Amino acid sequence: MLDWLWIVPVVPLVSFLMLVLFGSRLSKRGVASIGVGSIGISAFITIFIAYTFITSSTTGYQFSQVLWMWISVAGFTPQIAFYLDPLSLIFMLVITIVGFLIHLYAAEYMADEDGYSRFFAYMNLFIGAMLILVMGDNLLLLYLGWEGVGLCSYLLIGFWYKDPQNGYAARKAFVVTRVGDTAMAVGLFILYSALGTMHIQTILSQAVAQWAVGSTLAIIIAALLLGGAVGKSAQLPLQTWLPDAMAGPTPVSALIHAATMVTAGVYLIARMNVLFTLAPVVQLMVAIVGAVTLLLAGFSALVQTDIKRVLAYSTISQIGYMFMALGVGAWAAGIFHFMTHAFFKALLFMGAGTIIIALHHEQNMFKMGGLKKLLPVTYWTFLAGAASLVALPLVTAGFYSKDMILWYSWVSEKGAWWLWAAGLLGAFMTAVYTFRMVFITFYGDAKTAVHHSPGKRMEIPLIILAVLSLIGGFLDLPHNLGHITVFSDFIQQVLPAVRIHEVESSVETFFQVISSLVAIGGIFIAYLLYLKNPGYIQKLSQVPIIALLKKYWFSGWGFDWLYNHLFVFPFLWLARINKRDFIDSGYTGIAWINRKANEWLVQTQTGNVRWYAMGIAFGAVATLLLIVVLL
Amino acid sequence: MISIAVAHGLILAAILFVLGLIGLLVRRNIVFILMSIEIMFNAAGVAFVLGGSRWMQADGQVMFIFILAVAAAELSIGLALILQIYQRTKTLDTNALSKMRG
Repeated sequence: MLDWLWIVPVVPLVSFLMLVLFGSRLSKRGVASIGVGSIGISAFITIFIAYTFITSSTTGYQFSQVLWMWISVAGFTPQIAFYLDPLSLIFMLVITIVGFLIHLYAAEYMADEDGYSRFFAYMNLFIGAMLILVMGDNLLLLYLGWEGVGLCSYLLIGFWYKDPQNGYAARKAFVVTRVGDTAMAVGLFILYSALGTMHIQTILSQAVAQWAVGSTLAIIIAALLLGGAVGKSAQLPLQTWLPDAMAGPTPVSALIHAATMVTAGVYLIARMNVLFTLAPVVQLMVAIVGAVTLLLAGFSALVQTDIKRVLAYSTISQIGYMFMALGVGAWAAGIFHFMTHAFFKALLFMGAGTIIIALHHEQNMFKMGGLKKLLPVTYWTFLAGAASLVALPLVTAGFYSKDMILWYSWVSEKGAWWLWAAGLLGAFMTAVYTFRMVFITFYGDAKTAVHHSPGKRMEIPLIILAVLSLIGGFLDLPHNLGHITVFSDFIQQVLPAVRIHEVESSVETFFQVISSLVAIGGIFIAYLLYLKNPGYIQKLSQVPIIALLKKYWFSGWGFDWLYNHLFVFPFLWLARINKRDFIDSGYTGIAWINRKANEWLVQTQTGNVRWYAMGIAFGAVATLLLIVVLL
Repeated sequence: MISIAVAHGLILAAILFVLGLIGLLVRRNIVFILMSIEIMFNAAGVAFVLGGSRWMQADGQVMFIFILAVAAAELSIGLALILQIYQRTKTLDTNALSKMRG
């Protein structure tokens, strides 16, 4: 069964080719059955592989499948080979299963749009590239998938390309992630020149053998890889592209900009964990980047009016939690949060999409309201996702994963109290902005009429993901609450366990109570401000300092303004003053001399035969003279 | 046999050649230009014959006969072209025939 591994990424790629070649001739029903069915087959095979992989003890929790030699030149021999271990298996499961549910949802969501087959072609290509990213057994193959998902992200953000604004958002996403990708490529070059291989497992074992902890080379490489990770995962300082990426269709936001692609940075850091352990400075940077990002994005999410932008900032913030977990060495916690986040954030995005389509492409939350009665299934599933996002204690998946991160952010040997405090403040804000969204959207008076009620294909994925958002956390329960460590044990086959300070188990309970109270308190404050006394928030925003702060947060802490003034405008200015590229003047000068010489010589072409004859005669005389004089 | 100094012969050839060249440059009628070219051919032929007699070899005379044959061939083609040109343009003035300007 494990030999079927190669089929998993190939099915979406074949389906992509079919849709590209024949998509325009197929009916919408045909396109949907190919586009959704292919991901279904992938998910089905992945589940079977997972079952075989987990139950068969002979594999030693790793399996490698070499398909063919990709390149062979001067000892550089990357192969097309897939590597299966607990880390890649969890990513594969999330990508294919959540991906399948989102495709199913999209089949109805996009039904009235032009370019239906184009949409599914891109989506299938994305799933194929993402699977290559997580399954590649060498960094070159990983990089292929990495760029592939970046391309699909670009294509899908700009899916409605007729609006120039969407094209701008797509280019912005592509260019900003390119900054990180360049750093990552340089990191890969250095890694190859240092170790002479791209094979991930060889790199990991050789790195430990050759480099001491804190050696310069390890720090440089880890820092460059971190650059790639923050670009892809929209972390500080390259987070500015993700809110604008919401220009794409909502299923795209759910699949690429919430569940899978933006967590590629988390995958990269977890996959190369040995390098980050060898570079403690960089690992601390990972934690700090995560902590700062989760706070900044949390504040920005607090004041957004567009429901998708709230979710976008929330995604940045939650990935910040994952980075913080990776930074303190709680690898399993980071991956666990990735999984639960994929469930509830995909659910929230698809719930938001249902509302948006029901209200005829209205994204402003303040024009929604009163949808609790009108869209009951959406309301209850959205509520489940929101509860999981704010980590409502005991009953939601988000609680167990986020609590694990908060706990380790302090007690891990690499943790610190201020990381925990940042996480706790972030959790509070998560609760406030999430339930602000819920209250504004679903309660109060209906402000826009409902045009379109979601059908089965939109509701079933919502319900499945709602169930997963609630029970997905029971895979791993803390010591004092059941003590189930299925997930941690599984992931620790490949990632090192977190090393913690010795503490009493009652302390852990105390921490859990604090974070639970914070989450519930946040919900209560959102209730007070946005449901009970909506007038109070109006009065509050009259205060000049708060109004200013609100404007500042609304624009994402002014990072766009800063980058525009720091990079974009100087570049445009340079481009403008150097419109006639001065380096080119050498080449254009040669062309100019030739043209002038031509114009001058053309004068002699009179068409008069005797003139030519005289030219020949004088030429002959001159030549003779030269010979006589020189010899 | 009266021997003529080589220098005298060469001066004759040079005068003939320059005469032909001047004719080529100053006449505007194509027929006269062609005749001037013939004079230049013959000037070259005189030089060849002189060379042959100077070194007592037949090569110079062979070359002159060869030049005569080439000149005849060239002349027949040239005259045919002149006839064509005259039929088409009703003129033999080269200044008027400057259509083939580059």
